[in-house]
Amino acid sequence: MRTAFVESLSQAASENPDIWLLCGDVGFSVFEPFATKFPERYINVGIAEQNMVGIATGIALSGKTVFIYSIGNFPTLRCIEQVRNDVCHHGADVKIVAVGAGYAYSTQGYTHHAIEDAAIVAMLPGIEVFAPCDPQEVRAATRLIASSRKPSYLRLSRVGEPNLGSGAVTDIRKPRVLRDGRDIVILTSGSIASQALVAAEMLEKRGEDVGVVNISCLKPFDATSVRDVTHRATLVVTLEEHSLCGGLFSKVATTFAGEARRPPIVGIGIEEQESGTSYGGSREALLDAAGLSVDAIIARIERELRKRPR
Amino acid sequence: MSNTNRPDTNLPEPKEFARRIRAHALQMVHAANASHIGGCLSMADILAVLYTRILRVDPNNARAPGRDRFVLSKGHATAILYAALAECGFFPVDELKTYCKDGSILTGHVSHAVPGVEVSTGSLGHGLPIAIGMAIAARAEGRGSRVFCLLSDGECDEGSTWEGILFAPHHGLANLCAIVDFNKIQSFGSVAEVLNLEPFADKWRAFGWHVEEVDGHDGTDLERALSAAPVASGRPVVTIAHTVKGKGVSFMENRLEWHYRAPSAEQLAAALAEVGA
Ligand SMILES: [Mg+2]
Repeated sequence: MRTAFVESLSQAASENPDIWLLCGDVGFSVFEPFATKFPERYINVGIAEQNMVGIATGIALSGKTVFIYSIGNFPTLRCIEQVRNDVCHHGADVKIVAVGAGYAYSTQGYTHHAIEDAAIVAMLPGIEVFAPCDPQEVRAATRLIASSRKPSYLRLSRVGEPNLGSGAVTDIRKPRVLRDGRDIVILTSGSIASQALVAAEMLEKRGEDVGVVNISCLKPFDATSVRDVTHRATLVVTLEEHSLCGGLFSKVATTFAGEARRPPIVGIGIEEQESGTSYGGSREALLDAAGLSVDAIIARIERELRKRPR
Repeated sequence: MSNTNRPDTNLPEPKEFARRIRAHALQMVHAANASHIGGCLSMADILAVLYTRILRVDPNNARAPGRDRFVLSKGHATAILYAALAECGFFPVDELKTYCKDGSILTGHVSHAVPGVEVSTGSLGHGLPIAIGMAIAARAEGRGSRVFCLLSDGECDEGSTWEGILFAPHHGLANLCAIVDFNKIQSFGSVAEVLNLEPFADKWRAFGWHVEEVDGHDGTDLERALSAAPVASGRPVVTIAHTVKGKGVSFMENRLEWHYRAPSAEQLAAALAEVGA
């Protein structure tokens, strides 16, 4: 994902001389080509995220489009008030790009697990939030935000994620069907979508009809399209590598909240954990512990299915 | 564009401008039963010199790309900024009467909805980084515009302020002028008691700034210091303006409570008499 982002950004920057990139001393072996090609539009701000967001705002208010880049919680939670007051309140054309969504920085531990970021950022006014599931979507999202003239948050996983689904990305603002299926629809956001695809395949072997749809654009949330892609479903599942609070599940649940006839909605995501919970191991181990492994996803869906009158 | 004084205009001498905006601010804070009059009065002379002598801004073309930028980082001292902008002609002086009133854009912390205001502030420690970004953009475009950022002494407690202080000299931002309204009092006591900044000027020097230290109520001194940028060394300039909180109203000077209180009708009359309104 990181590579797709940098390539798309470089492309955008060669077409638009007003695109800048700031990083918070993160991006070794990633940004060197950009820095070489556009030295006058690239600044490593140092390890100072509040300053980075303020500087990005000042440059943006002077008519530029400014991307800022760091790891998960650093360009978001660390400087959330700068994002709120400086970027969002002024509608500054600043794009916050965070790498390491969810448990992507698995073994690095708690500080590097970005599991509340999308909800916290999405709560702020006027900012658009994108959590693409694969490199194709990263390209589309980067292209879009480079010209949107709006504050944006782009939530990236890390490196080496495969492209998912067969179709091309036509409109990154719309839900993208990764796998056809009507009865059970798994709505996902981000690279965890690959788990949903595997789970769907296994459920199909057990006789279920399961679709998988990625929702890259968490804000503005396209509730109408979400209703469309789930309109025949008897079970809707949301799957996110993020807190269950304020993310995809909340948005989907809110979409259906006022409707008398609605499918049951099962939220699979990260439950709030107790202070001091130890976090170690690979992403797979962490997903497993959080109930986000393929097996856990299948078990959770089957539990729901057993509730049905036969 | 000349690099020294603004080309202007019909504006009065700084002293007279300062008198007017002190009077407005006192009336506004009284009428709104608002706070922060002490920090307004301490920076009155700084604003007067900036708006009558230094800043190349045009009330008739407030968003001109080549304008100088002024960022008020101590966003609580808003009454006197609005007064200065009204006196410059960014909006009618009469509108100052709506300060903090229902439906007014003249909010108790600085709002960029107000003509002539570059950025909304109010949470301390935000202004300097934004000003740095503006200075970077201005330099990249070769516009020759300068960026001025006025900070309180209290907000030099904020880590984000020091992130900016560290950054600007490293990047040789010669078009950046920080100003500290060093009135020696912050919210809950004197700066020396709450969190000592001294040796303050030495700290800025050690971080790589060109430091001007002036009497923040002396127009000539201020004009010289605020005209200093760009300096030959290419460093950003900080003007540490030694000021008196509540300056101009004897019973408000150096008194912490005027960070919070609004003058009563009698106090307002006495204060206006003292500032010569
Ligand atoms: Mg003070």
